[in-house]
Amino acid sequence: MSAVIEQRTERPAKAVSAVVVAGLRRERWYRQPRLRRLGALLAAGLLLAVMTGEQGNGKDLLYSLRGTLASGRLWVCLGLGVVAWVLAETGAPLRAAAVRLLAPVTAPIARGGELAVRRRGVRVTAALVGLALAVFVPLALSRATNQVLVDWVGIYILLALGLNVVIGWAGLLDLGFVAFFAIGGYSAAFWTGHLPVKPPFELNPFLVIPVAMATCLIAGVLLGGPTLRLRGDYLAIVTLGFHEIIYLVAKNSDGLTNGSLGVFGIPHFSVGLGPVQYRWKLDPLDYWWLLLGLIVLAVLVLRRLEHSKVGRTWAAIREDEVAAAAHGVDTVKYKLMAFAIGASTSGAAGVVYASKVGFINPENFPLLYSVLVLAYVIFGGMGSIPGVLLGAGLLAWLPHALKDVVDQKDRFMYMGALLVVMMIYRPQGLLPARRRRRGEPTPARSSVQTGDAQ
Amino acid sequence: MTSTTAGVATEVRAGVATEVRAGVTAEVRAGAAVGATVPALLELAGLRVDHGAITALKGIDLTVRQGEVVALLGANGAGKTTALRTISGLLRPAAGEVRFGGERIDGVPAHHVVGLGIGHSPEGRRVFADMSVLENLQMGAYRFGRAAPEDLDRVFGLFPRLAERRRQIAGTLSGGEQQMLAIGRALMGRPELLLLDEPSMGLAPIIVAQLFDIIGEINAQGTTVLLVEQNAAQALRLADRGYVLETGEIRMSGPAAELLHDPRIREAYLGESAA
Ligand SMILES: Nc1ncnc2c1ncn2[C@@H]1O[C@H](COP(=O)(O)OP(=O)(O)OP(=O)(O)O)[C@@H](O)[C@H]1O
Ligand SMILES: [Mg+2]
Repeated sequence: MSAVIEQRTERPAKAVSAVVVAGLRRERWYRQPRLRRLGALLAAGLLLAVMTGEQGNGKDLLYSLRGTLASGRLWVCLGLGVVAWVLAETGAPLRAAAVRLLAPVTAPIARGGELAVRRRGVRVTAALVGLALAVFVPLALSRATNQVLVDWVGIYILLALGLNVVIGWAGLLDLGFVAFFAIGGYSAAFWTGHLPVKPPFELNPFLVIPVAMATCLIAGVLLGGPTLRLRGDYLAIVTLGFHEIIYLVAKNSDGLTNGSLGVFGIPHFSVGLGPVQYRWKLDPLDYWWLLLGLIVLAVLVLRRLEHSKVGRTWAAIREDEVAAAAHGVDTVKYKLMAFAIGASTSGAAGVVYASKVGFINPENFPLLYSVLVLAYVIFGGMGSIPGVLLGAGLLAWLPHALKDVVDQKDRFMYMGALLVVMMIYRPQGLLPARRRRRGEPTPARSSVQTGDAQ
Repeated sequence: MTSTTAGVATEVRAGVATEVRAGVTAEVRAGAAVGATVPALLELAGLRVDHGAITALKGIDLTVRQGEVVALLGANGAGKTTALRTISGLLRPAAGEVRFGGERIDGVPAHHVVGLGIGHSPEGRRVFADMSVLENLQMGAYRFGRAAPEDLDRVFGLFPRLAERRRQIAGTLSGGEQQMLAIGRALMGRPELLLLDEPSMGLAPIIVAQLFDIIGEINAQGTTVLLVEQNAAQALRLADRGYVLETGEIRMSGPAAELLHDPRIREAYLGESAA
């Protein structure tokens, strides 16, 4: 190669470019990783152009692609990629300047985060401020927004809190979690007398909550009892099957659940204790506050559990089941407990949902929702209550925040992209749990978690 | 002799007054070396264990007497780990018996076996990697609900390096420190019998020597030890008696000193060049 260059340098016309190329070759950046990074950024730009570009349709699959690639959007996106690359590669002083510029903003946040980790007072204050915001801010929001806040955000925060016990603390991969949500919903329908099968006596939705929680607890134990001896992946498949069973029963037993027609007229919550008379109606704010109350209650209870012997036992099981058993932990009992607690939280959410909406059918409980709840938990930080609250809140809100910004049908695509980016750069989640903050698995673990027969 | 030893044995079992015990155990160990007058603490009789289609133990007999250190040697895959896991209830035998203090314990689930007084430091350490040293030790005391301060003091006395690192996350400890933690954790359950599965695995010779000294000390404090090892020379120097396991069967057994000088052992486990 160098011989070729030398030959060419003899010809004056090409001498300059040859010198440039030879000079470039001597430059280290010309050689490898940077160009690869440029390629990656260009690919990301292309992807972005396609994502934000025209919507495809079933008749002409390539139409949208042609449209996008011919439009200026492609060049804008590729240009963005190049700009990002230039900034990343040559902009060390620029980045330093940016960091200095942003320091007044980021430093207090970082310091606050540090303080929050160390000082209890700061954490409590942050929690109270957050709660106050959650209580009062919706007053200023539109009714449609509050609707979303209840049906998606509030309900799913409660679900995520429940799933966090199962997967974040006990380390059990449950992919059929929404089945318990469905059981809660149908319990509300049953105990208020709106299913084809009638209850022995009717209950106020408030009283249905504990009943549904108990039902889910029992369902959790019935499912968990025979299956919790299984390890990770097998358990996931079993829970998948469990969801399918619940879904199909709801859909096909017309005499029991009214089948795919669903159930109408599930009553709203109401209180009738002497002078205290209140009836929840269609106003989502009422339900938002009810849900907030339940969430606060759940957080308080779960926090106590997390810091009790039970929490430590779950952590031990999650980290090494065999070692835990060898030190006297009845692993099946504790796994069952986690499963049942998660299930009953989900059941409570189901009752609130059914009563709020007043109408449920099997399509309200698709498998996708189990996956979504799982994504919320992982996004926020498995095993961390603040993480789960924040993660579920943000991620459940995202599709609705994007409603007016991007094409309706694309909303979940952006959520997917966000999850991918998140898993690459911050797999431990937004606010990771203390126990999981170290990230990398240690040699002790990887060398150990192989081949266990029990 | 018989009556005194029996009295001594109950005293050891009652688990009181460490200083007294230390002196007493020496006597017990002397007795163990002399003959079979000391009661058996652990007995395996005709123990067969299957892993699916593979028979890992083909009916072994093994006895550990009160106060002894017994070494269980064998090549890779001989079935040593299987034996320990069966004793601590993690595996069920297909045939035969496990007796502890005269009572059958095969079939007792693992989480109840700890309560009987058997501590297990498993192969590969298996510390709880995301927990601190202290939390690991607390898990070791699980059967008491919470760790007694004197048990913590005892473990930290045996392993000062753990005391310095009590807040450190176990997964970030060095291999040797993790091994200390695994042993310390097993001791927190105040076991009468301590099962150690290859404590020397992956450790530098100097650390192994220190570790074996500490195991000797634990034994001197009154804990009976069943020690599984690849490091035959070190293990036999520490042990009172030894067994050699080969593809699921006991091939040799006897006083440790004899095994140490047995030409077959020297050839198979120590290498011929070992002096
Ligand atoms: N869970 C299992 N499933 C199937 N076979 C197993 C299982 N565990 C152990 N075995 C087999 O049983 C035999 C004995 O294994 P074991 O772990 O007891 O050996 P070991 O003496 O501890 O060996 P090492 O010194 O290598 O640890 C081996 O052949 C092994 O492959
Ligand atoms: Mg082994």
